[in-house]
Amino acid sequence: MIPSTFEYLAPTTIEEALAALTEHGDDAKVLAGGQSLLPILRLRMNTPEMVIDLGRIPQLREVTDDGDALVIGAMATHDQVRKHALVTEHAVLLSETLGQVADPQVRHRGTVGGALVHADPAGDVGTAALALDAEMVIVGPNGSRTVAAQDFFVGLFTSAVGEDELLTQIRIPKHTGWGGHYEKFVRLVHQWSIVAVAASVKVEGGSIRDARVALTNMGATPLRARSVEQALVGQAPSEDVVRRAVASVAEGTEPPSDLNGAADYRKHLAGVLARRAVLASAGV
Amino acid sequence: MTTVEEQPTTTEIGASRTRKEDRHLITGQSTWVDNMTLPGMVHLAILRSPMAHAKITAIDVEGARSAPGVVGAWSGRDIADVQGDLPCAWPVTPEMINPGAPSLAVDQVNFVGDAVAVVAARSAAEAVDALEEIDIDYEPLPPVLDLEDAVADGATLVHESIGTNTSFRWEFDSAAAGSGGSVDDAVRDAEVTVKRRFLQQRLSPGFMEPRSVLVQPKDDAITVWSTTQIPHILRTMLGLTLGIPEHKIHVIAPDVGGAFGGKITITPEEVIATILARKLGRPVKFTETRSETLAAAHHGRGQIQDLTITATRDGQITGLDVHLLADLGAYLRLLTPGVPILGAFMFPGIYKIPAYRFRCDGIFTTKVPTDAYRGAGRPEATFGIERIIDELAAELGMDPMELRRKNWITHEEVPFTTVAGLTYDSGNYEAATERALELAGWEELKAEQARRRESKDPVQLGLGISTFTEMCGLAPSRVLGSLDYAAGGWEHASVRVLPTGKVEVVTGISPHGQGHVTGFSQIVADRLGVPFEDIEIIHGDTRSSPKGLDTYGSRSLSVGGVAVVQAVDKVIEKARKVAAHIMEANEDDLEYADGAFTVAGAPGSSVPFGDIAFAVFSAHDLPEGMEPSLNSEATYDPGHFSFPHGTHLCAVEVDTETGHVGIRTYACVDDVGTPINPMLIDGQVHGGLAQGIAQALFEEVVYDEDGNLVTGTFVDYTLPTAADLPSFRTDRTVTPSTDNPLGVKGVGEAGTIASTPAVVNAIVDALRPLGITDVEMPCTPERVWRAIQAHTSSQGEVR
Repeated sequence: MIPSTFEYLAPTTIEEALAALTEHGDDAKVLAGGQSLLPILRLRMNTPEMVIDLGRIPQLREVTDDGDALVIGAMATHDQVRKHALVTEHAVLLSETLGQVADPQVRHRGTVGGALVHADPAGDVGTAALALDAEMVIVGPNGSRTVAAQDFFVGLFTSAVGEDELLTQIRIPKHTGWGGHYEKFVRLVHQWSIVAVAASVKVEGGSIRDARVALTNMGATPLRARSVEQALVGQAPSEDVVRRAVASVAEGTEPPSDLNGAADYRKHLAGVLARRAVLASAGV
Repeated sequence: MTTVEEQPTTTEIGASRTRKEDRHLITGQSTWVDNMTLPGMVHLAILRSPMAHAKITAIDVEGARSAPGVVGAWSGRDIADVQGDLPCAWPVTPEMINPGAPSLAVDQVNFVGDAVAVVAARSAAEAVDALEEIDIDYEPLPPVLDLEDAVADGATLVHESIGTNTSFRWEFDSAAAGSGGSVDDAVRDAEVTVKRRFLQQRLSPGFMEPRSVLVQPKDDAITVWSTTQIPHILRTMLGLTLGIPEHKIHVIAPDVGGAFGGKITITPEEVIATILARKLGRPVKFTETRSETLAAAHHGRGQIQDLTITATRDGQITGLDVHLLADLGAYLRLLTPGVPILGAFMFPGIYKIPAYRFRCDGIFTTKVPTDAYRGAGRPEATFGIERIIDELAAELGMDPMELRRKNWITHEEVPFTTVAGLTYDSGNYEAATERALELAGWEELKAEQARRRESKDPVQLGLGISTFTEMCGLAPSRVLGSLDYAAGGWEHASVRVLPTGKVEVVTGISPHGQGHVTGFSQIVADRLGVPFEDIEIIHGDTRSSPKGLDTYGSRSLSVGGVAVVQAVDKVIEKARKVAAHIMEANEDDLEYADGAFTVAGAPGSSVPFGDIAFAVFSAHDLPEGMEPSLNSEATYDPGHFSFPHGTHLCAVEVDTETGHVGIRTYACVDDVGTPINPMLIDGQVHGGLAQGIAQALFEEVVYDEDGNLVTGTFVDYTLPTAADLPSFRTDRTVTPSTDNPLGVKGVGEAGTIASTPAVVNAIVDALRPLGITDVEMPCTPERVWRAIQAHTSSQGEVR
């Protein structure tokens, strides 16, 4: 488990990091916590010549309030974000989801931005970001751009962040007063999701006023279940109603088949988990 | 002895002393082999086969030889004339075929992970880099993966040269042995017959410390530091394999981070490191990666079990027929053939079975060799009998506990010679069961199960039982001889008394995490009356502990501990003569208690052990002709196995919507004889349960149809952690072993042996109303869900 030889750079500003990326191009990999990158390097699945560590750029660690949105620095750790008062108040789903990422060690080293850019379809963070309509702030040599979560996940292990770019911030519209629940199905608690469903629901006057539902590991990227969301709006959050509303949640999905389950089993799970996630999110 | 006794009340025996050996382990002061560095040391990296089965048509290591930092590179051909074959110490039948096992493959590779070339370099990183410069051409052969396919006509042969994939057939028939009747008669006359096939998946022993070896040559001798659980056996076998005189080999097992049977073998890496250290004349170290552990360290289990049990309609068992196909993997390692054979003695379990037949075919496949893993043959057998007892109960419409009660050996019937020929000297299955039922709250669980069934709760409750025994204390040497095992089963100890009355105890066992230093100190403190703190336990080094047979098969306490007792008793007898001389008393009038001799009936006259130790050291005034030494040694060969037993009860919640199984309650009562240190016992039980439950629910080595290892990392080989397991309810009954003076039986494997069938029985019990009679291990959510789907209509009705 010894990686092949690489150079290591730890810039202290975003500008330095971008300059290094420009210089080294696709010979470089960005280290953003290392919970996925280090195993990849040690298994020699990737052999970069340069590793650029973002861990010494303090501004990337901040979680701030920007009016209608929360702004999460890409290098904030799962544990830091999970416990942050702004997050527990305005993005319950994100807090709940981050609490179920891997194990405590990973949650203390791994970062929200690192997980998003890694874009593992079995990862949890992207699903919550997608459900909450997050926006990703990406900087590159030509300045900054913002990409909606819907467009951020391009494919298997592929995000919209270019080789010479960095994800710096995740902007999450405040979901104040919304419930949130992440129903994760695993065989071992520290595992990647076999399937998971993220749900955030706003209940007013005994009926669902608005709903967000997204799926983990039901395809190459996190998926929004918009037809389910629409079916939920205006309904009472009862077992039977929700069961009917989520019945089609796996339609059109193409989940993987592996040791943890074949595709048909995952499709079945998605239905069960979606019902449980929505009901829990609605406080039922 | 069959009564449940009060726990002993001496201050040492039965005390949960905290572990003496932990401070250095948890403060970074441990000596793991991989932490060691010697002057001039080079590092090895091993290239392993990516093919399950292939001819090596060309191999070129020149590129590696010229890579930076490289000291040398070798293919199997380069060392073919010196490497010999890895030893197999257990030729279970005279006809057994052993095709030989090179450490580095020469002409052919036989599993993914088979070692094909090795590089030595100044740094571990340079060695690993240089592996990429080795060129090999393989001519692929078809893999041999399925045991039944492997023995079919026209099967691809793993080893063409031996003309078969079957290494051996080992048979036992109670009619022929005179220990029981004929199974054929039992089947012919049976009122009820139940046949089942159970699959024992392959498992990887999940030791924490990967294997590592460091070999230092000096003149014509070598010192070997290895993460082994068998330093003494390694010494002898390394000498025999490589033709090195045994007295020129010094083996040290320093701190070893767990083994579970996984470090009981002579590894290719130990042989390769020894060859290269001698070739290079400098120290050589190899440490495997976790991926290499999974791909190349031996696996455990791997059996197809075909069982037939017969009974009368009122539930009296009349016969048991067992046919095993045992997956040996690609080669025979140290104990490979013997592991399934150990199971032959345990299939009858705790039951009075009048007729029994056992057949085992050992079969080569293109997979990692199998060998011992915690329990070694006994978990497989216990699973088979405890699962089919439940199936028989279902067939009879009888409560599974009632069926067990009807057939088990009662405590009044002990000692009892089973149909497999073992004599159980002690045990009280009724008492352990009674306590376990209470501990689990069994009646309440049954009531809840009924409620959930009634209400069609999506989460169903299942209740599983395992009433087990096992054979421990490996082993009486004459029995091992009768089973064609190459070595004996005795254990050695010596006691060295220092001038100040402190004591060094040398044992031939080789602890690797269990806590023997603590437990043995308690035994010595109790017996010799010296303080616990004044005792040093020395082990794991063939220089300081020259005689021993090491640690496996739950033998350390019941064999090694008894040797310690015998050696201590010899010290006391020598000391008695000195005390009599000092006290001018008759030896027979002296009593020894609490570390001092007193004259019976004369209070006040007391000579402590320390005074005697100094008197012997100074030797100024000893009895005429007495040798000035209190030191002693003893070698103990057990008369019989010991037979721990217990009742394990498991309640699982099965989520019928997802197939997820959660353990709601796990309660077990183990009878391991006299407890020396209850905390250490609990530790062994807890860890054992974790590994047994892991077989039932989580772990499986998986190969794909091409023979590639799919479970190559801990992402896919799903080893559970504490977070995945429930809080265990444990208790003990105490029925001392009659075969040794400590009354101990061994506890290292009990939890693993007992728990697997308890969990699977519980899962099947939850689902039996649907008509489900088995779920293959590991009982993953998907397997459970598919079983439910196969037995229910889309409306959720039972098909």
